[in-house]
Amino acid sequence: MSRLLSILLFAILAAANLAAAELHFALHSEPKTLDPWAVADDSSEAIRYLTEGVLIRINRLTQQPEAELAASWTVANGGRRVNFSLRKGVKFPDGSAFTSQDVVETFRKLLDPGLHSPVADTFKTEKGVVEITAKDDYTIVADFPAAPAAFERLFDQVAIVSHLAKDRPAPGLGPFIIAAREPGSYILLKRNPAYWKRKADGQPLPLLEAIRLEFQQNRDLELLRFRRGELQLIDSLTPDLYDRLSKESSGQGSVRVFDSGPTTDAEFLWFNLAPQAPLATYKKAWFQSQAFRRAISEAIERNDLIRVVYHGHASPSAGLVSPANKQWFNARLAPDRFDPVSAVKRLSEAGFMLQGNILRDSYGHPVEFSVITNAGSKTREPMAAMIQQDLAKIGIKLNLVTLDFPSLIERITRSLDYETCLLGLVNVDIDPSELMNVLLSSATNHPWNPSQKTPATAWEAEIDRLMLTQGLTDDLAIRKKNFDRVQEILHEQSPVVYLLHPNSLSAISAAVHGAKPTPFFPHTFWDADHLTVVNGK
Amino acid sequence: MKVARALAILFLCVVALSALIPRVWTSQDYAAQFRESPDARPSERFPLGTDALGRDRLARFLYGSRVSLALAPAAALLSCLAAALIGGLAGFAGGWVERFILAAVDLFLSLPWLLLLLMVRACLPLNVSPLVSITITFLVLGLLGWPAPARVVRAAVSRLRHADFLLQARAAGCTPWQLLWRQLLPNIMPVLLAQFWTAVPVFILAEATLGMLGLGIAEPMPSWGGLLREIESGDIVSQPWIAAPVLLLAAVVGCFQLVLPREDYSV
Repeated sequence: MSRLLSILLFAILAAANLAAAELHFALHSEPKTLDPWAVADDSSEAIRYLTEGVLIRINRLTQQPEAELAASWTVANGGRRVNFSLRKGVKFPDGSAFTSQDVVETFRKLLDPGLHSPVADTFKTEKGVVEITAKDDYTIVADFPAAPAAFERLFDQVAIVSHLAKDRPAPGLGPFIIAAREPGSYILLKRNPAYWKRKADGQPLPLLEAIRLEFQQNRDLELLRFRRGELQLIDSLTPDLYDRLSKESSGQGSVRVFDSGPTTDAEFLWFNLAPQAPLATYKKAWFQSQAFRRAISEAIERNDLIRVVYHGHASPSAGLVSPANKQWFNARLAPDRFDPVSAVKRLSEAGFMLQGNILRDSYGHPVEFSVITNAGSKTREPMAAMIQQDLAKIGIKLNLVTLDFPSLIERITRSLDYETCLLGLVNVDIDPSELMNVLLSSATNHPWNPSQKTPATAWEAEIDRLMLTQGLTDDLAIRKKNFDRVQEILHEQSPVVYLLHPNSLSAISAAVHGAKPTPFFPHTFWDADHLTVVNGK
Repeated sequence: MKVARALAILFLCVVALSALIPRVWTSQDYAAQFRESPDARPSERFPLGTDALGRDRLARFLYGSRVSLALAPAAALLSCLAAALIGGLAGFAGGWVERFILAAVDLFLSLPWLLLLLMVRACLPLNVSPLVSITITFLVLGLLGWPAPARVVRAAVSRLRHADFLLQARAAGCTPWQLLWRQLLPNIMPVLLAQFWTAVPVFILAEATLGMLGLGIAEPMPSWGGLLREIESGDIVSQPWIAAPVLLLAAVVGCFQLVLPREDYSV
């Protein structure tokens, strides 16, 4: 009888454990798309990361490339050719085998100009696009028009879709598959029974049965649900909520909070330097003045922004590249020190005069301009208010304007009807080549003067040259030297005033085992196939 | 009841005077950031503590009262006047005029005003002073707030249109203007007053919502709406004093209800 009871108890416990093997967390917006080739937002990126397989995956912890669907690869032809040996025995959830035909078809469709895939853009250069051909069922060759730098990172974003798939998203080669979707509410991912990976001891992965991703825009509600145990991790916490949760959880074992250090993201303010911008001529002259831009940078107390707005969970910025990006950060650069006296001196030398509490230009115009930022941001609105007070100390009147995001994007990309803008950049990849779409003067995302036909200034021409040169060589020393110089030019010219690099803040319930948060997206679930959940939801 | 009313009047006078002369209570500037003491607890120096940027909450509270207590009633007045005009015309004229106005009201109520407000903000110049931004915000609220009260006014006027006293007035030779001004308006005044006092807190809260969309009052100017937004993300358990704007808003609205004689609300 006791044996029967033991078996019964074991069965109940096993069933409870099975039911508990479901991870719940929130996405801050509904994914804009589930098409893995059209991803352009964090939520879609999270779904792609969890459901799709790639040839090479960048390990978020070590930042080293790891073999995934490509079992190995070799580089030939002066770096312009990469031969991939594909992993054998891998199957799609429908039972069909993964072969080179899937890779070739993936790239053929992905590079179709009609698709407008942001992922495809990274494979396009002035000299042409990559060509993918199959040598046999398990060998493919990638021919690049010019030797790409850090080609491994390019393949981390390319979801390999079955050539038999009639539509996208189709069940892929990632650890999970989309099992259910309730618009406006959640997406349920179930473990992919055909997933190829195994643990070292041979146990099939992923360990979780399912992941339920709830759409929760309000971060306070997300925290509330986390406290109740309805959510088991928060991938990205705001500094105030991090501090609140830290205080609450100190001494308790049920919640762990992580400050994983500086991310590769940056918060910055830039000046509108576009000649066609509908601004007063004298204001354009201010913004074109290097001394004016440098003075603004010196007049902002970055340490206060970090201490007051970020509660210490950020580091002052010297440029676009964060110290977290150890390989490409130019260690010779230091953030501008808060020095209003030096700022006023610079402005005086450039013809500005401080009369009483008002700074005037050489024509007598009081220096007053606006900064736009996105409405509702818990960090940018207070940062702008602090910058407003900092600049008031050197006689500059800054008007703070918060706009809804579409209006803001309209102004900074199309109408160019703004003076300065406070925003941030999420750097998913750490390689300089990934910043081409921001740093090249011809780029549409070149913040201060987008889509230039020819570089408007000599220093922008220099940045273009350095960026293109580093992008066409595999020589790490040359690339580093060029990119260091790009960072120095940006610092000297200050078209963008880099303010800070926020830290990666996350919270994980003690019920989740195996999580190793990193500063790189996705911070907490980058190794979701190894995570487990115990002791109920 | 008379005591309660007297106390309410006294309280409202104190609030109004405090808003007009905030220096009586605090010497701090509402915009000054004491960055060494963000989120400070109440103290002698900062009786209501400081906000996330180290600004004195009491100063912001008092200056914000000035803004909200002056402009929210102004916006409510504007919307009630429009409602009285449009709703009154619909109810008094009847027939196709009434049907046409009601259709217009329905159309107005069904429009996606949030998107329209966003468009309005996107069209405004960027370099506007806080005073102008405040005026625009409440003007927009006032101009958009009339349809719902207009329906209420129309219903009240429609009910009175065939009342005996109006028939008698007509029979006595009153002109339509005299009927409207002397007979109808005094009888719908309680309805308008009720709509007015309902609209004041609604507009204060609407300003807070607009602030989240970028159409609110520009920094560093405070408003009750802006102060209410702090509660959304604030920790009210460990910082109960941040609830002061809610309590004051409730107290002010409650006092306004007490100040009005109850019989004024019956039609």
